[in-house]
Amino acid sequence: MTDLRRTPLFDQHVSLGAKMVPFAGYDMPVNYKLGVMKEHQHTRSAAGLFDVSHMGQVILRGKDADAAALALETIVPQDIIGLPVGRQRYAFFTNDAGGIEDDLMVANRGDHLFVVVNAACKDADVARMRAALEPKGVTVKLIENRALLALQGPMAESVLVDLQEGYADLRFMDVATLPLAGAECWVSRSGYTGEDGFEISIPASAASDVAKALLADARVEAIGLGARDSLRLEAGLCLYGHDIDTSTSPVEAGLTWAIQKVRRTGGARAGGFPGEDRIFSDLAEGAARKRVGLRPEGRAPMREGTPLFASDTGGDPIGRVTSGGFGPTVGAPVAMGYIASTFATPDQKLFGEVRGKRHPVRVNSMPFVPAGFKR
Amino acid sequence: MKFTEEHEWLRVEGDVVVVGITAHAAEQLGDVVFVELPEVGTTVSLDDEIVVIESVKAASDILAPLDGEVTEVNEALVDDPSKVNEDPEGEAWFFKLSVEDTSSMEDMMDEAAYKRFIA
Repeated sequence: MTDLRRTPLFDQHVSLGAKMVPFAGYDMPVNYKLGVMKEHQHTRSAAGLFDVSHMGQVILRGKDADAAALALETIVPQDIIGLPVGRQRYAFFTNDAGGIEDDLMVANRGDHLFVVVNAACKDADVARMRAALEPKGVTVKLIENRALLALQGPMAESVLVDLQEGYADLRFMDVATLPLAGAECWVSRSGYTGEDGFEISIPASAASDVAKALLADARVEAIGLGARDSLRLEAGLCLYGHDIDTSTSPVEAGLTWAIQKVRRTGGARAGGFPGEDRIFSDLAEGAARKRVGLRPEGRAPMREGTPLFASDTGGDPIGRVTSGGFGPTVGAPVAMGYIASTFATPDQKLFGEVRGKRHPVRVNSMPFVPAGFKR
Repeated sequence: MKFTEEHEWLRVEGDVVVVGITAHAAEQLGDVVFVELPEVGTTVSLDDEIVVIESVKAASDILAPLDGEVTEVNEALVDDPSKVNEDPEGEAWFFKLSVEDTSSMEDMMDEAAYKRFIA
């Protein structure tokens, strides 16, 4: 077994009584003393602090502001040139088959782009960006001396404002450099819980002090990966490697909103990214399968891998659950998965096979819980 | 009370054996969100998977700790699975078994031995 890596907050997790588990090569907290259910509910009603330092923080720097953006556009189907200074955007790396290699956040921080990628993919992502960007004179630097925290929930803004002014000025997907507890932080108003919130990149040496300052506020609780997963599932957000992967096209995944017009057929910078043929044909003709939300009618969760059928007996599966569990805010099981597009209409009744028995489940629009973003 | 290595507790009540999961097991499982119980009258053998229990984290089974017949199940857990976390060794029993031969219970752990087992 290879040694697990630790984030700068490892000691703090342990002293808070976290249950630690291996995740993407890191020893990470799956839950603290509150447990997944209460941690989930606390994030929806107050504010939750997440250590996401395992994710990859990368700086892309070219000879001028547009050089890095133009180079990055060769490996993502997003409009990066048009991303204003001080704004962030959701993006994904595509492959030649039109599948997704990873999803990421890209921020325009003026003289450079700041990119955050998934922990499990970060080595491959850095190699991919180096191969595509360095020949165009753009440097790719993996930042290993900064922690990344997320403060999420309806009270996140007021918690931060009580420590430091300036945080309330950000809108959803704005980015800025702001101090916090004496440290210089790279801040974005974003997250992956469906709640309002902030993601804060902090020098590793100051991470523990910043986390302590936030946790000193009675409105803030430390939240583990378990609740992070149920929160993002209720928010209808994809988990890479589960709901999207190298075989799913962005059209199948319902991520067409993230492909701006300028990169589509007829746009000023149409195409020029891997897999454009498949993605353009899916956009024009529709995909044969689609990612949908699912609400089991009973109480039994339908977890990843559950086969989905059109009827309660016989027939071949028409789809499969890719993420599923109990939704603490919904108060019932929730899931998402891919099904044949002919069945992808809200309220369509299907059957999920759990422990050899087929149980009714209905196609449901996502998110399952309304988003709390401050646009 | 007796304990198994599968983290069940057994308590003899008159001519039946009451079975539940230990507080340690409930804590390890995390918040329980779903319980599926056997039907009353089911004949079970040692190590049959007779209860499905799902927490926020995963699904697991409870095995029959003895040969016997299910005489009663705790339907309240189906309606409110969180009882399993609230009172695992009391109110949140799972099923009662009518057992002909309880001699194997003598080999099971007592509370002190179980505490050493999970330490």
